[in-house]
Amino acid sequence: MQAVTQATLDFLKLYWAPLLCGVVIVAVLPLIVGYIVLIERKLMADMQARLGPMRVGPHGLLQPIADAVKLLIKEDIIPDDADKLVFWLAPVFSVGAALLAIAGLAFGPAFQIAQDLNIGILFVVGISALGIFGIVLGGWASNSHYSLMGALRSSAQLVSYETAAGMALVSGLLLAGTLNIKSIVEAQGTQGVWFGFLAPVAFFTYLVASIAETNRAPFDLPEAESELVAGYMTEFSGFRWSLYFLSEYTNMIVVASVATTLFLGGWLRPFANVRWMNFMDFLPPLLMIGIAGYCVLRMPKQPTRVQQIFMLAVAGLCFVVALVLAAPVLLPFVKPSLKESVAPFYAGIHGGFWFIFKVSAYLYFFMWLRFTIPRYRFDQLMRLGWHFLIPLSIINVMVVGVAIIVASYFKLQGWAMLLATTPAAILAVVAALVILSIDQKNQARQESAAASDFYAG
Amino acid sequence: MALFLLGVIGVIMRRNVIVVLMSIELILNAVNINLVAFSRLYGDVAGQVFALFVIADAAAEAAVGLGIIIAFFRNRETVLADEMDLLKW
Amino acid sequence: MLDKALFYFFAGIAVAGAALMVTRRNAVHSAIFLIATLLATAGIFLQLRAEFLFIVQIILYVGGIMVLFIFVIMLVNLDVALHQIKFARQKWVALIVTLALTAQVGVMFWTTGKMPGQGFPILTAAPANRLPPNAEAVAKSLFSSYLLPFEIASVLLLVAMIGAVVMAKKRE
Repeated sequence: MQAVTQATLDFLKLYWAPLLCGVVIVAVLPLIVGYIVLIERKLMADMQARLGPMRVGPHGLLQPIADAVKLLIKEDIIPDDADKLVFWLAPVFSVGAALLAIAGLAFGPAFQIAQDLNIGILFVVGISALGIFGIVLGGWASNSHYSLMGALRSSAQLVSYETAAGMALVSGLLLAGTLNIKSIVEAQGTQGVWFGFLAPVAFFTYLVASIAETNRAPFDLPEAESELVAGYMTEFSGFRWSLYFLSEYTNMIVVASVATTLFLGGWLRPFANVRWMNFMDFLPPLLMIGIAGYCVLRMPKQPTRVQQIFMLAVAGLCFVVALVLAAPVLLPFVKPSLKESVAPFYAGIHGGFWFIFKVSAYLYFFMWLRFTIPRYRFDQLMRLGWHFLIPLSIINVMVVGVAIIVASYFKLQGWAMLLATTPAAILAVVAALVILSIDQKNQARQESAAASDFYAG
Repeated sequence: MALFLLGVIGVIMRRNVIVVLMSIELILNAVNINLVAFSRLYGDVAGQVFALFVIADAAAEAAVGLGIIIAFFRNRETVLADEMDLLKW
Repeated sequence: MLDKALFYFFAGIAVAGAALMVTRRNAVHSAIFLIATLLATAGIFLQLRAEFLFIVQIILYVGGIMVLFIFVIMLVNLDVALHQIKFARQKWVALIVTLALTAQVGVMFWTTGKMPGQGFPILTAAPANRLPPNAEAVAKSLFSSYLLPFEIASVLLLVAMIGAVVMAKKRE
């Protein structure tokens, strides 16, 4: 007994930081996901010239809480012939896979649950592939044909785009030279240029593939065709449905984080290692002060007293965040001796800010696409994945490899590498257009030949 | 070792051909554990490389096996090993 | 201490999952238990410091092969199968054969432990923090000394892919 307690204490002493990060994430994530949904509804409303949820709380800000309460107290209906074990297990699989994938990510230089994992990015990609099981088993457990078909379609889509996404990541990884997440971001720091600029075709491919991976935007046929009436989520009500929902938005965050880490520079600020651009360090606090000022300006225009007070509260909050962000930057000026001890906080807080900023930009792009582009039909979706994206990503891998060899032969580093990779990117794009034209000729020939059976299996 | 024996039981004793295939995967997995454990013991990475090949090979064989099952199912509408008696005299 | 506890945890799940898998009537349940066993096996790999193999197992085996299995089970599973006997006709013979095999393996372990200097080598594994980064080590070995098997494996996978597609195609 004594040995066990001793072992537990040792474990806690070694691993307290990851455990704390894990607890924070698990506690905070459902709330964040709820507010991402609110932001999405507000954005959708804005792009459709209306206002979105406004009733619950000031400007609809308590809407996610109302939704969560509603989902929790809803009756839990299990279909009669459904397989009890699988019915219980399916949402658990989805959520488990999504949360485990979050565990492998690094949200800042020090905020990582699986510290220094040798296979960082591969771990995240592999575990998020386990989410497919949640979908397939969910469709099976519902014991209805429509759910099963929806589930099979959705998982076929996920599996197809997983290959393309993986190959796109491989092109980025060729530039990084390692799978470890912290090392990838540091490599972008030492190169001085984000890999999204060095491998733009890979970034584009990963963007499209990740939209398909998360069943979002133009590729959301399995979940929105019948608008959840006959998708794989049909028979799940209340808390089980909210688990699926949570897993979908968590997958979005995971995919955005992977893209940010590999292509957009992770937690580095723009031009991270250029000394004379250090004034950019003042951007985060200035941004927050700007938001605070905007809130103060709009305060008199609010219709009711409650909303005016609320605006002031938001302004105050932004100001406090600005102070927190500015402290590590300004203190070294005030007291030069503090520079050393402040540095890790500085990197951590500012890194977190830039990471969240980039992930939000990526998610904003997701939402923007969702409200703008019409849905793809399923066979068009599969054709896009197999006939276009996979050849494009394979060609891109080869081309980026050649570009790296050329760059190292001429000893190009950092921004100069663009000289080698841009022709490579242009080559890949030309090859892609050639493939597209061949494919369209084939498609025209096929469609005029016979009425083929697109929805088979 | 236990996994290997359970897999053998599964292969011999089940009627459903798909479960038989899954038991074969179980056997291959048991072999993999053995390989990796000994690779760690001797500090040689060759064991892990071999285990990698075993996994790739298992994937190929599962794909082909399931293709055969699907083709058979289209003809005979059954997946039970007892009823697949086309070769019986 | 933690190592031992983790190993027993993963090994227990693996064996329990396998035992449950070969005895379920419902094929989907068997598949789920096989997934549990495969995940536990991956955990054992991770504990043996074979990180690359851990993630390869999860991506390929669990995320690929098991998805394939579940697809096929769902396409093929008639509810009729649920009400039939699940063990083949030769079950008692099979059980006896397996027990004989187990006994043989057990005797082998027992007697080699007793022979002087010829038992299983009780070496201690290299301490974990002196191992090179695993993915690098595997990659180095894979692309230098084992390049030919690597190429042959890719040809094998290509052949398997083509074969599976041809076999599962509908007759036009």
